[in-house]
Amino acid sequence: MIKILEKMLLIRIFEEMVAENIKKGEIKCPVHLSIGQEGISATICEFLNDKDYVFSTHRNHGHYLAKGGNLNRLMAEIYCKETGCSNGKGGSMHVIDRSVNFMGSSAIVSGTIPIAVGAALTIKRHNTNQVSVAFFGDGATDEGIFYESINLSVLYNLPVIFVCENNDFATHLPNRMRQSNISVTERINGFKINSKNVDGNNPIEIYEVAGEMIERARKNCAPSLLECTTYRWLSHAGYWQDLDVGYRRKEDVEFWMNKCPIKYLYNYLKLDQKIDENQFELMKTEIRKKVTDAVLFARNSRSPNILNLDKGL
Amino acid sequence: MRKLKFSAAINEAQHMAMINNSDIIQIGQGINSPFYVGQTMVGLLDRFGVERLIDTPLSESAITGMAIGAAITGLRPILTFPRMDFMYYSMDQICNHISTFNYSLGGNSPIPLLIRAIINRKGEQGAQHSQALHGLFMHIPGLTIIMPSNSFDAKGMFLAALEEENPVIFIEDSELYQEECVVPEEYYIVDLKKAKVTNEGDDITMVSSSVLLSKSKDALIELKKMGINVELIDLRIIKPIDFETILNSVKKTKKIIVVDGGWSTAGVASEIISMVAIKGIRLSNPPIKITLPDLPAPASSVLEEAYYPNTAKIITETLKNFNRNL
Repeated sequence: MIKILEKMLLIRIFEEMVAENIKKGEIKCPVHLSIGQEGISATICEFLNDKDYVFSTHRNHGHYLAKGGNLNRLMAEIYCKETGCSNGKGGSMHVIDRSVNFMGSSAIVSGTIPIAVGAALTIKRHNTNQVSVAFFGDGATDEGIFYESINLSVLYNLPVIFVCENNDFATHLPNRMRQSNISVTERINGFKINSKNVDGNNPIEIYEVAGEMIERARKNCAPSLLECTTYRWLSHAGYWQDLDVGYRRKEDVEFWMNKCPIKYLYNYLKLDQKIDENQFELMKTEIRKKVTDAVLFARNSRSPNILNLDKGL
Repeated sequence: MRKLKFSAAINEAQHMAMINNSDIIQIGQGINSPFYVGQTMVGLLDRFGVERLIDTPLSESAITGMAIGAAITGLRPILTFPRMDFMYYSMDQICNHISTFNYSLGGNSPIPLLIRAIINRKGEQGAQHSQALHGLFMHIPGLTIIMPSNSFDAKGMFLAALEEENPVIFIEDSELYQEECVVPEEYYIVDLKKAKVTNEGDDITMVSSSVLLSKSKDALIELKKMGINVELIDLRIIKPIDFETILNSVKKTKKIIVVDGGWSTAGVASEIISMVAIKGIRLSNPPIKITLPDLPAPASSVLEEAYYPNTAKIITETLKNFNRNL
């Protein structure tokens, strides 16, 4: 549990520094921050090893870092530098670290969901006891390919976990204006897939359910869907809060900021005497140092060489 | 020497490949059905079983993504579209993912995937069962597109495509399935970089491919009788086009006619003719392209006759280039 807290902090501090550097104008590519949603990836990846596959989206920093992807190379990619994990060809939305089987992300909503299903097909055929995890938002469940992918996973009994981070918004439009039934879990019940809705800001609750789902996938090659109800504190892209553009209220944002997953787990662990305030502050300081170093690494790295424009197609 | 039909050559290549490599699996709609893919899949299901031959739901989009996921994690999938028209449902996975994934990820995720796309021209099938989309895919970076015209190439190019590290779209026209030629029994590959000069001649360069190559050959025989010696090039590779072979021929003949089974605008024929212009090769007469008109395919066989290029049209158009009439 301490490790989950540490990972959440890493994601939080990383993204806060990214936000600062967008403000400064150092980061120019489109960046989708997941501040407020860290509990989901940090908790789920606790059950994954370096061989397990993770596929992600445009809002991927949390998934990448939780899976153990290289910190410096992620920051450098957001800076579009040669040392970035995608050599500056992808930017924030296209990141990969195959050394930990973080298999890549797509900027097309729902794009990697069927790809995660395909990785699970390989696992089953090679009988390697891995699992494949697809992270996506509720916007992805607006797409037909999501339902097709769920169907394939059940039909072929594949070890894939679909993790829906339901933050209520597809850019600006809430679930109630996009879906006849806002519950993803209810909508997919007809596919006979094991599924559950949890409080995505409660790492303890996620921990119990995710552990069981991943175990099922490893042992029985069975797919599951985990819907995590959560909220993003910041705007769809960039560092703003979007309080003045008409799609959400200040009270909603404040409500969810009070439901901070980091605060929740810290209080839980403190009550259990697993951590005290000094240790927590020390943890933050150490992470802040690592992330500051990553910013320096990115800032000081070279831009990609134009001679490499046509490499890697 | 043993002769094989085009469909049998593809079938033989698949048997060979699947025996050699247990990571080859097949994914696609109707691949285990007698209705869809002609004789190309005969015996595969009995030999390799449903674990390796996955006859899927109609979900073209998701099965394409599934094939990508399998390909980047160690399997060697063959993804089949029994009608090329159905690929439109997969356009996001093909054009946003297969084509960009590796590049956007810094070359860290090549996708070794073979896509079989089958064109089913004619037969009064109408607009949505007969399309040839090679010109469309040619526009998208990151895809190798091949289009064999005969059994020998079909086998050798299929096996070569399976040795590529990156995605290849193998386009076969079902009208070719019954045509046969000599095909070696052993394993061999055909170079996926080279077009092929199938007939040497000094008077005009004719570039053709796939099912239209045999129509071009028929035209060539007639033209020869009229004293015109055609240099016929089988394009074979739609992307990357082997411009070197074409340009070398045009430098010699100073005339070019391109015969293509796709639509006219922004297609294969336009691309080739534009390269001839860019390279500054002086032509003695304007270039000619023979393509489909910019229209959906009609159903009526009478209209089909006017819609699809045929031998007579190739002859007539070629003669125009010599300021002659039939």
